[in-house]
Amino acid sequence: MTADHQTTALVLFSVFVAVTLGITTWVSRHRQGSAEEFYAGGRLFSPMENGFAIAGDYMSAASFLGISGLIVLVGYDGMLYSVGFLVAWLVVLFLVAELVRNCGRFTLADVVAARMRERPVRIAAGTSSVTVSVLYLVAQMVGAGSLVALLLGGTGEAAQAWTVVGVGVLMVIYVSLGGMRATTWIQIVKAVLLLGGTVALTVLVLLRFHGDINRLLHTAAERSGHGDAFLAPGLSYGGDWTARLDVISLGLALVLGTAGLPHILSRFYTVPTARAARRSVVWSIGLIGGFYLMTIVLGFGAAAIIGPDAVRASHASGNTAVPLLALDLGGGAGTTGGTVLFAIVAAVAFATILAVVAGITLASSASVAHDLYASLRRRRGTPRSEVAVARVASVGIGLLAIALGLLARDLNVAFLVGLAFAVAASANLPVLLYSLFWRRFTTRGAVWSVYGGLVPAVVLVLLSPVVSGGPDSLFPGAGFQIFPLQNPGLVSIPLGFLAGWLGTVTSAEVPDEARHAETEVRSLTGAGAA
Amino acid sequence: MQPSNAGDVSYDDPWYDALASGWGESPRAAGVPSARREQDTVPAADVYLEVQRSAAFQEVRSRYRRFVVPGVVIFFAWYVAYLVTATTAPGLMARPVAGAVNLGMLAGLGQFLTTFLLTWAYVRHARLRRDRAALQLRWDTQELARGRGGAS
Repeated sequence: MTADHQTTALVLFSVFVAVTLGITTWVSRHRQGSAEEFYAGGRLFSPMENGFAIAGDYMSAASFLGISGLIVLVGYDGMLYSVGFLVAWLVVLFLVAELVRNCGRFTLADVVAARMRERPVRIAAGTSSVTVSVLYLVAQMVGAGSLVALLLGGTGEAAQAWTVVGVGVLMVIYVSLGGMRATTWIQIVKAVLLLGGTVALTVLVLLRFHGDINRLLHTAAERSGHGDAFLAPGLSYGGDWTARLDVISLGLALVLGTAGLPHILSRFYTVPTARAARRSVVWSIGLIGGFYLMTIVLGFGAAAIIGPDAVRASHASGNTAVPLLALDLGGGAGTTGGTVLFAIVAAVAFATILAVVAGITLASSASVAHDLYASLRRRRGTPRSEVAVARVASVGIGLLAIALGLLARDLNVAFLVGLAFAVAASANLPVLLYSLFWRRFTTRGAVWSVYGGLVPAVVLVLLSPVVSGGPDSLFPGAGFQIFPLQNPGLVSIPLGFLAGWLGTVTSAEVPDEARHAETEVRSLTGAGAA
Repeated sequence: MQPSNAGDVSYDDPWYDALASGWGESPRAAGVPSARREQDTVPAADVYLEVQRSAAFQEVRSRYRRFVVPGVVIFFAWYVAYLVTATTAPGLMARPVAGAVNLGMLAGLGQFLTTFLLTWAYVRHARLRRDRAALQLRWDTQELARGRGGAS
């Protein structure tokens, strides 16, 4: 890429950073330092604001660049992911959003702990939440590093390393100083930018083909070299049954995992009522659905306009498809339009990563301070303010993410996002659904269902080809792959549900009728909601 | 919202747990006499049992479940069917329908469409069939809890 692109992209990105830091300062100017304020932004966001923030929290650079890139390379198969990412929101809307808003205060563990012995349940749910967040966070940090290398041509090791550090430092500043209020506004700004950029590119693609979708698809199929097979599923997995099961496994993890992502759950606490939580999910389904529909157009558009060969030459897994498409749509390399459009896409991608990591950092610092530290601290020590602990935790998580991001910089970490969803679906969703809907659920069931999903998910990945054995593995030299799938969801999600059931039926504990009544009445009516 | 507000609300709430609360953040909240809290908790628990057994609540609960359970079954089965067909029967999905559009494209767009439709249906159902009754129950529950606890 030329120096022009780089300068424009850097200027735009600096403007975004300056604006977001401005927001953070503005917000922390009159902060009150209560837990309500830090974790939930005072619970006073409107459904529309929260809907945009949820969309901003959810639409990662992986979906913006990754799904379109995947469609360019393997055609239809890329679409399966956008469908999974969207349908997942029905689980959130139907079963989780309103009930969690009514029962919990700040974290997932609040909902479960209300019915159970608090300490073991908080430690379990806190551990799995932090695990999900850290997995997701590392994927985003490494992604940010390679994005810089891709978009700004700074392929040097130093540029990547400094990007990881820079992203980490910025997210710690946003979260520790601004809390949920600043994080929310950053996500809103990012969602508007991302959707604006996507709409503009989609319109340009459709204009290029005079609105003729049929011709767009035909051109894409022709240029792909696969013909009509490009428009049908099967290119990426062919006849291989392991690969097919892997797609199903990831598909299940995406649909069931979203409702267990801590940074998504914590967003429902930022609105005043369950009704507002419902309306914010409706907003976000509209925005996210529109976004994923547009990424499909962009993917096939890039295949038709740029062609898979040019994209593959630029980046093996296709992540540069959308930036290259922007360059072409703006008038081609060397033109002002192309330069500006390319720079905008690059800056939007950075903004996307920053907003997502801020949301995850905040949610995991809440899990650390509100669940883990609160349960594990020594009783006799001088009590420190929970918010102070959460701020320190966000710094600690930031440092951990930077360190892991730097270590994993050269590794193939594409599996991490899928793994984060799989852990969320196996460890967080079963315990959440059981607590909300099962009268007989007990403390042992809750603890077993968390660990019974978390441990298999992590262990199966360690034993899978993503860690050892294959040419793309983390450790290509070693060979302890026993489990054939890259994504553990297909096995670990049923195990999580099974463990919760098993723990419940084997425990001698009598379920507390009164506390179950309390959870049920609160969850459906909102009585006594925080 | 004033800082004092948050403190007051949580103070009245028997649900407000010592461990879960913002420990050490506000001296006022920490200074609540514990005897009083226990006094509050016991009858308040009865209130929830009483509400749970009431016909009004059972009606709200069954309306919610009667919509949500079939809804979840439908969209989950439809999604899994789509996923499994796409992976095991790519040939079927490749069957052309009109121009470049094939069955797979239609099914994929159908998933988007059903998601939007079910969202609309859920919201409509909740607004028309649940919201009013749930709000009424919320007030009744809180009134009952207040009466029993003798607080405020």
